[in-house]
Amino acid sequence: MKQKFNIITSTCVPLPLENVDTDQIIPARFLKATTREEKFFGDNLFRDWRYNADGTPNAQFVLNNPDYSGCILVAGKNFGSGSSREHAAWAIAGYGFRVVISSFFADIHKNNELNNFVLPVQVSEDFLRELFESIKADPKVVVEVDLPRQTVTNMATNRSEHFDINGYKKHCLMNGLDDIDFLVQNRQKTEEWEHGSKLC
Amino acid sequence: MNTLFDKIWDKHVVQQVVDGPTQLYIDRLYCHEVTSPQAFDGMRARGLKCFRPEKIYCMPDHNTPTHDQDKPISDPVSKKQVDTLRQNACEFGLTHYGMNSRDNGIIHVVGPEKGLSLPGMTIVCGDSHTSTHGAMGAVAFGIGTSEVEMVMASQCILQQKPKSMRISINGKLGRGVTAKDVALYLMAQLTTSGATGYFVEYAGDVVRSLSMEGRLTLCNLSIEMGARGGFIAPDETTFNYIKGREFAPKGEEWDKAVAYWRTLKSGSDAVFDKELVFDAIDIEPRITYGTNPGMGIGITETIPSEGDANFDKALSYMGFTAGQKLLGTKVDYVFLGACTNGRIEDFRAFASIVKGRKKADGITAWLVPGSWAVDGQIREEGLDKILEAAGFAIRQPGCSACLAMNDDKVPAGKLAVSTSNRNFEGRQGPGSRTILASPLVAAAAAVTGVITDPRELL
Repeated sequence: MKQKFNIITSTCVPLPLENVDTDQIIPARFLKATTREEKFFGDNLFRDWRYNADGTPNAQFVLNNPDYSGCILVAGKNFGSGSSREHAAWAIAGYGFRVVISSFFADIHKNNELNNFVLPVQVSEDFLRELFESIKADPKVVVEVDLPRQTVTNMATNRSEHFDINGYKKHCLMNGLDDIDFLVQNRQKTEEWEHGSKLC
Repeated sequence: MNTLFDKIWDKHVVQQVVDGPTQLYIDRLYCHEVTSPQAFDGMRARGLKCFRPEKIYCMPDHNTPTHDQDKPISDPVSKKQVDTLRQNACEFGLTHYGMNSRDNGIIHVVGPEKGLSLPGMTIVCGDSHTSTHGAMGAVAFGIGTSEVEMVMASQCILQQKPKSMRISINGKLGRGVTAKDVALYLMAQLTTSGATGYFVEYAGDVVRSLSMEGRLTLCNLSIEMGARGGFIAPDETTFNYIKGREFAPKGEEWDKAVAYWRTLKSGSDAVFDKELVFDAIDIEPRITYGTNPGMGIGITETIPSEGDANFDKALSYMGFTAGQKLLGTKVDYVFLGACTNGRIEDFRAFASIVKGRKKADGITAWLVPGSWAVDGQIREEGLDKILEAAGFAIRQPGCSACLAMNDDKVPAGKLAVSTSNRNFEGRQGPGSRTILASPLVAAAAAVTGVITDPRELL
């Protein structure tokens, strides 16, 4: 959960599909847990792509390919669209991913990743295309994600790109703090606002 | 600037975090059983109580069976989730509309119909279809469970202010064309990510002429274009809908509220980050053919003749071919309901087609009111008699076949015409195949057994 974030250097797991929705990341039938069981969600990450209907692993799916490993998931554009289920972020974290690289993230899922100390790194289409090519050519390609400097580097090509994250959230990730800590500390400010507002 | 979105958002800013998001005050938090238990756990772990419990309403809807609700839920895992919500609501002192209460239903149907969702409010729920409540003239959006916990703990949320987009639909909708078709048309035009990062204001003649039910349907589907939310400036249609509802302001308070609500519109000088204009003449009854809601066509059109690898994967899953016409395709299941189309107007539309006809052989149909209030109105209007005479049964309220968390699942390989909101792979059950459509298209399929243009039956 609250893992402090700094520089991550890892091989990658490529998922070159677009519009990967959160129903695929974790199907609804796995949302019935009433606790935050990250291992359970991680075990069922991409369940219906990862396993055949009879429960055997689908050898064609990338998570079942021993050539690919690491704590960075690289996905096609519009990653995490659809349902707001945070279980998708729990599944990604529970599987062991700490970074997701894509050229575009759906809003709610992006927030959910950040709130679970998984870093969404948005890169250009061109950077992403080249990264997929690098990984295809050599599954052992390493990527460096440097949060303090806000850079992501494809070590195969030495191409580096800046990524955006607001200063507040960066501070939270690097120091293991979350928004609830902040908001609870600011309850008095909220009360003052309530007294000053006349809402219908 | 000076958009309605700015007005509502700015009014709710508690503070701007330095080099960070906005701390936004939330007027209403809705909780359902699926995305709240871990938030309540978090509150317990931190030793916190809800900051403003009177602003939080809870009800189970995703797991509730649509039959025999007076008996215990047979799936023990579903039962536990539903029971957990009740226990949590009790422990934290929150209003709870349980499964056996006449107040229960789908959260996005119940909120507006009780007058809990009002113009000018900020509304959140751990559910992406919270955008539905935008139809009331509110800023309403879906959030994750950590964010649910934020609101429980502080009645606030930290969010980056989204960009604003106005989508105007001008002209007049043709016969057999509904709010659902407008939304499916917009998704096909914008794609499922075309409005990501934006809050959408819907405007234009078509939107003004929609009933509240139609507006709720349109706003419900905002997320399927990637938008965080969509809303419609309140007008007489909105005020007439709200008046007299359980939690609507009464007496003098009502007059004051309406006076304020009338100010809730974008200024004539409003500047949007993006403006799109469409014409109703281009919209016919619509269906989807792929595995995201943006993959749609007019019902008389053919599937595009080519696409990329994602397109091929989707068609392969659906069992369709590029360039295929879907009219006449055999259908197995029909689902009328969900937070998208589970309201009284949707049942009226469905009944208007099936009246005097019979359910086709081989069709399994699930007709699921969005709430007990909708169920009551169906019976009051005698729609139940029309539906039953045609061979249909009305089930009990809940999310039902929208997302396969209860008993209503479409079996692998079967094709469903569904009034719900998502046609993702496996959404209605592992291996299920979904065509999204309006209640009219669903009814036409239900009585003919195949994809049929509803205009032929009106």
